[in-house]
Amino acid sequence: MRLTRLQKILWAAAGLATLAYGLLVLLPNRASEAVPQAAFRPTFTLPDAEGRVRTPAEFAGQHLLVFFGFTNCPDVCPTTLSEVAQVMDDLGDDAALVQPLFISIDPERDRRLGLAEFTAAFHPSIIGLAGDEAQTRAAADSFRIFYAREGDAAAPDGYTMSHSPALYLIGPEGDWLRQFTYGTPATDILADLQPRL
Amino acid sequence: MKSLILSALLTLFAAPVLACETFTLGDLNIEHAWSRATIGADRPGVFYVEITNNGSTDDALIGIATPAAGMPMLHETVVTDGIASMPHAMSIPVPAGQTVELAPGGYHGMLMGLTTTLAEGDSFPVTLSFQNAGEVVVNVEVLSLRAEGPDCDDAN
Repeated sequence: MRLTRLQKILWAAAGLATLAYGLLVLLPNRASEAVPQAAFRPTFTLPDAEGRVRTPAEFAGQHLLVFFGFTNCPDVCPTTLSEVAQVMDDLGDDAALVQPLFISIDPERDRRLGLAEFTAAFHPSIIGLAGDEAQTRAAADSFRIFYAREGDAAAPDGYTMSHSPALYLIGPEGDWLRQFTYGTPATDILADLQPRL
Repeated sequence: MKSLILSALLTLFAAPVLACETFTLGDLNIEHAWSRATIGADRPGVFYVEITNNGSTDDALIGIATPAAGMPMLHETVVTDGIASMPHAMSIPVPAGQTVELAPGGYHGMLMGLTTTLAEGDSFPVTLSFQNAGEVVVNVEVLSLRAEGPDCDDAN
């Protein structure tokens, strides 16, 4: 039997589609197998509002939702912490498996203004961490995030902070899983998180 | 005492779904004026609003004033290369035929030097100054700390 040109093209297309499907099925599996070798485990050593030093080790077995911000921030930080609070509410019984952390990039002022009352106002489960300058810089470097103090005569105390506004998800073994870009709705974060728990 | 008078003033303005009220100034329609509750008065509050220019001339929001804060300013949250910063906005364009939103993650009024804590359910007046249309006073409803905007029937 001789195949017409059209039939050859169709068979080729079918073959390519099968190959593409196979790759789609196989690749994500391979990607997840590759994680243990290439695990990126950001770390921090920072005191909480009561001065107790916290490290990732004590949160082993839990997923961490980590956000870097400052309490004097009127727009970005409340928006993200509101999303986190909504996620924690919506998780229900699974909330115990997730620990949200707010790491201050403006620790001195945040301590003065009150760190615990700030995080608690959004959700009681959020732990606020505020270290000294070296501890804060070390944590930010470890997460590979940027923050800087910017002089602004018109801002409270004459300065404001610029920073990476994403929310980071850390797995139960301390490995970096993904980031949620600023503005990701709580429902999307929840949908990503729930199958992992 | 001053804060007591102000609290009384704020309560006076309080009414349900204030944020859904529409204010008109010439060709400008101003609605969904809201703010977030604050924790104390030491941190800045925020002001959000939606402005529609139904006219054929461009306008611009050039300033805000309110008895609720000593130093209210217009700002814009800008995320560039993954870094959020908050530059001062000299003016916010309100082009002819368009709607401009002061909303979370974009333009917003930053209320520095709050005269009192903003509590959910309070409301306070804000005077908006436009380049061409002049001034208008709107009532701003204080929503919860976790609010993402007012829940109006006409909200989209």
